[in-house]
Amino acid sequence: MTQVLEPETRQTPPAQPTATRRNRLTGGRVLHAYTWLVIAWLTLPVLIMILFGFNDTPGRYNQTWEGFTLKWYGRVFELDELTRALVTSLLVALATMLIAGALGTGIGYALGRYRFRGSGVLNLVMFAAISSPELVMGASLLTLFVSLGVGLGAVTITIAHVMFSISFVAVLVRARVLTLDRSIEEAAADLGANPWTTFWRITFPMILPAVGSGMMLAFALSIDDFVVTNFTAGTTTTFPLWIWGSTRVGLPPQVNVMGTLIFLAGVLIAVAASIRSRPRRRV
Amino acid sequence: MNDVAIELAGVHKEFLAHGERVQAVRPTDLSVRQGEFFSLLGPSGCGKTTTMRMIAGFEEPTGGTVYLDGRDVTGVSPNKRDVNMVFQSYALFPHLNTYQNVAFGLERRKVARDEIRRRVGEIMEIVSLGGMDKRSPREMSGGQQQRVALARALVNRPRALLLDEPLGALDLKLRQQMQIELKRIQREVGITFVYVTHDQGEALTMSDRIAVMEAGRIDQLGSPREIYERPATRFVAGFIGTSNLLDGPVDGVEDGVAVLRYGDGDRVLVAVPESVKPGGALEVSVRPEKIDLSRDEPTGTTGSVLSGVVTDVVYHGTSTNYTVRTAAGPDLVVFDQNAYSAEDLAGPGDRVFLTWSAQHSYPIGVS
Repeated sequence: MTQVLEPETRQTPPAQPTATRRNRLTGGRVLHAYTWLVIAWLTLPVLIMILFGFNDTPGRYNQTWEGFTLKWYGRVFELDELTRALVTSLLVALATMLIAGALGTGIGYALGRYRFRGSGVLNLVMFAAISSPELVMGASLLTLFVSLGVGLGAVTITIAHVMFSISFVAVLVRARVLTLDRSIEEAAADLGANPWTTFWRITFPMILPAVGSGMMLAFALSIDDFVVTNFTAGTTTTFPLWIWGSTRVGLPPQVNVMGTLIFLAGVLIAVAASIRSRPRRRV
Repeated sequence: MNDVAIELAGVHKEFLAHGERVQAVRPTDLSVRQGEFFSLLGPSGCGKTTTMRMIAGFEEPTGGTVYLDGRDVTGVSPNKRDVNMVFQSYALFPHLNTYQNVAFGLERRKVARDEIRRRVGEIMEIVSLGGMDKRSPREMSGGQQQRVALARALVNRPRALLLDEPLGALDLKLRQQMQIELKRIQREVGITFVYVTHDQGEALTMSDRIAVMEAGRIDQLGSPREIYERPATRFVAGFIGTSNLLDGPVDGVEDGVAVLRYGDGDRVLVAVPESVKPGGALEVSVRPEKIDLSRDEPTGTTGSVLSGVVTDVVYHGTSTNYTVRTAAGPDLVVFDQNAYSAEDLAGPGDRVFLTWSAQHSYPIGVS
């Protein structure tokens, strides 16, 4: 009997951990697979875009894999119209980023710091601008510009882009300001700093991360905006508008190359930001 | 040479809260002497922080005048007042290192770079932070951040340093250590300190003078000893330490000493001003450690005597606390130092006699 019992008692204790470990292992595998699935889902379209930038296709049709080449990277600025559209897009995005960044920061700071007449309404308008459909916004902007007799072009595109991206900057800055300890600014005043110095030496560096991400968001929203741009562009062509216009006749590989470069720039900025904001070691 | 550093004349402050006027600080007169350690003590919401913020310039008084060094500074913005503040949250600039934090005030006043370096180095030694120049505030412990905040204010050699519950965020051990530190630093730099706290122990150990505030008003202003030994109001008696409050009819007044009788030999003696006449009621405060407790009936004592029954005995290490029910109102608390008694003087249910001399009772709310 003891001979039968002994191995059993020896086996029983590790039996349970093995079962849970097996459970944990299967659970881990499922989670693993699921994670990779999500990553694939998110990156596959981008990877296809990057891949077809290296496609050795002879003509304008870039839909079947013909072999690897680097020639499109050498001839990326060969299509003048496309290059001009990209430059317009970059300039508009840059202007939008700067204007929306400056104005949005001011609005966000005011909303986060002070209660003033109309601050409630302004708050509401900010969120309304974020949530209103782009089609409605674009159509009404077109009506507005036409009825004011403003000629459509890069300027109206920029005005429109600033209009919808300013809210994002303001909301981000406002959220950051709300978390700030009010007494830090009071301390600056207490130490002899006037309001101007207090803002630039103390407040601004503290809200800079929010201003930075707001501006990046404004740039990103502007450079690939299609709907609002389509209404307000007139005869001006931006990068997304050009792509839309040429899909019917086939997309040249240069578009993939430019898309890849824009994507890489974005990744670089994101990586740099995450390295910078990595929490430092406490002593 | 003016020896008053800060003076408040009829200063008061009203806030609008939910459409109602709230008196945060009632009309207050106050003067803080040059070089003294002055505390504003009271529970939260008593107006002590508002009073301090009016001195710093972050709040404008609804009425009255604030003088710094004899100069009217009412309406002058904080950056133009020669006082500095240490905030409860320290309010260090998170993106600047320790040196830059401390140098901030001197830079604003356009002090020469060499001079700034010298003075920052000097103050960092005083607050025991030598060699920590390059540290970021977030790399420092609470106690160290506290010292940076102190150095950042002191380096400007202000007319007065205002401290708003500066030790509130520290744990007990560190707080006690910093209390001693603060007192040392204050002696060393010789600057007037105005200290806001709700911790009566802190105020008693550190201050030269204390103003006890309640509901926007100063209840009593005096040295720690005066405030502890002779509380002027019921509130002060209850807020500072533990107090026994007795009340009873004044049986007679003789040579400025009133006698309250509770029948059968129970009596409380208290020195009173002339305004107290026999026949009226009187409230008397007596500190628990002033009372002697004994199971034997006292003979030939000239002071207060109350008989009663012990209801509770709690051993506290350095002392034993007895709760005794007597005829003189609420239960009395008696602290007996354990220096001499090896065992409890009495147990629950025992009949005991409480005695204390007339000089240890104080009348409340009479002048």
